[in-house]
Amino acid sequence: MNSADIAWMLVATALVLLMTPALGFFYGGLVRSKNSLNTMMMSFAALGVVAMAWAAAGYSLAFSGEGTWIGNLGHALLRGVDLAPHGTIPHVLFFSYQGTFAIITAALISGAIVERMRFAPYLVFLTAWGLLVYAPLAHSVWGGGWLSRLGALDFAGGTVVHVNAAAAAGVAAWVLGPRKDHARQAMLPHNVPFTLLGAGLLWFGWFGFNAGSALGANASAALAFTNTLFAPAATLTVWTLLDLSRGGKATAVGAATAIVVGLVAVTPAAGLVGPLSAIAIGGVAALPSYFALLWRARTRLDDSLDVVAAHGVGGAVGALLTGVFAQKAWNGASDGLLFGNPRQLAVQAAAVAVTAIFSAAMTFAILRAIAIFLPLRASVREEGLGQDVVQHGEEAYSHGEGAILVLPEPGAPSLPAPVVALGTGGAS
Amino acid sequence: MLESLFRAEIRGLTVQRVQGHGGETERVETYRGATVKMGLSEKVRIEIGVSDHFVAPTVEAILRSARTGAVGDGKVFVLPVEKVFRIRTGEEDEAAVTPVEGPAAL
Repeated sequence: MNSADIAWMLVATALVLLMTPALGFFYGGLVRSKNSLNTMMMSFAALGVVAMAWAAAGYSLAFSGEGTWIGNLGHALLRGVDLAPHGTIPHVLFFSYQGTFAIITAALISGAIVERMRFAPYLVFLTAWGLLVYAPLAHSVWGGGWLSRLGALDFAGGTVVHVNAAAAAGVAAWVLGPRKDHARQAMLPHNVPFTLLGAGLLWFGWFGFNAGSALGANASAALAFTNTLFAPAATLTVWTLLDLSRGGKATAVGAATAIVVGLVAVTPAAGLVGPLSAIAIGGVAALPSYFALLWRARTRLDDSLDVVAAHGVGGAVGALLTGVFAQKAWNGASDGLLFGNPRQLAVQAAAVAVTAIFSAAMTFAILRAIAIFLPLRASVREEGLGQDVVQHGEEAYSHGEGAILVLPEPGAPSLPAPVVALGTGGAS
Repeated sequence: MLESLFRAEIRGLTVQRVQGHGGETERVETYRGATVKMGLSEKVRIEIGVSDHFVAPTVEAILRSARTGAVGDGKVFVLPVEKVFRIRTGEEDEAAVTPVEGPAAL
């Protein structure tokens, strides 16, 4: 084992974990204030149930065994996950690091289904999805499964994380149906500074996501780190110029989105392409996502926070461009289209397609199965009241006026009846 | 404008942040591909209770200092008040709205 590698991977794991609360802020700022806590809770909840599912069986299904598309239960309940080396770091650290990936991938889906899903079925969904969708895809691409044997290149998760989550998100948005106010009312972000904060923290954490995928403190990590800095910078620049040249203003929400799109696009390529290629990838990736976003706004699909446009289109573009720009001179292993290997692009396309189809189909099945036992969607009235109050019994921005403390009666059970705040806000 | 009122010897007022519109053209904002017209603008509403002989100086102070010349400057409504009480002392009407001098005032 190698102290430098361990030290870096410890930091990287913490950085990736930070990305999930950051996602909470990113998404939370974009919704209406009456749903802000619920939206953030959808990210924070993943920190609980997905991590538990990962420890129970997810890790094992992803990284244990030689299966074609799924692993075995050899490491279920952390059997055999100990301090012995896994590469140059302790096994528990590799297990932890990969766990943070599972957490954020599942949380990403929430962006498409905000403001209208009941919380309990959402928790069940996260758990099932982590085990039945994330683990097999992680195994297929990173755990020795068939996509890796096919030669698919995915340095840090363009397919496993982004195309996967986006396909699931699109399906989930479609299954749940649009919000009642969608295409009828103007629904504005209630806190754009939160979204900017989230984008900034996501970028910071993403250095752990991409550079940590080198699994060591080495040259590959340095390359991934550099690319993770400059590709989103290119995306942000191009996006801003697009906004300005189309006669609009360079919006903060646009900037935050551009940063995420750039990070998504460079994720599969991070340790595999040179920095100039990364800048090209970042700049190019701005365009499809930008127009995908505008197009989606004109459809009836209420992918509320544009997970498909940012993560799906961005991830697919990044994965394909990995097949174009991969360079053995930089990564020591594979070349892409521009360096004499056109087959790579075809393999990348196949990986993206398979991931999207598998994720979409499984997500559909999981949601339908849950819906048999638990209604997925809040009622129209509940949607009007706001999910914070309905799902969580809390208000994000309560002033406390009109709140009346309810004291327990003597001899009654210990929990007092819920406090009903009569004050500010209400349905808006 | 608050300074102008202070100079006119007005010593009590209530300020609210409200939303409204007069004749202004509507602002257009864009959020992720959705174009939105902002029908309401941020405004400030101030309530000041004064004795009869103070109405003219107060109105004049407001008109002078709050005027920007742009549409959306707002309006001053002069409304009759039946009775006024000072809560601290129970004084009524004119005594209630006469400022009390000294450091402990307000």
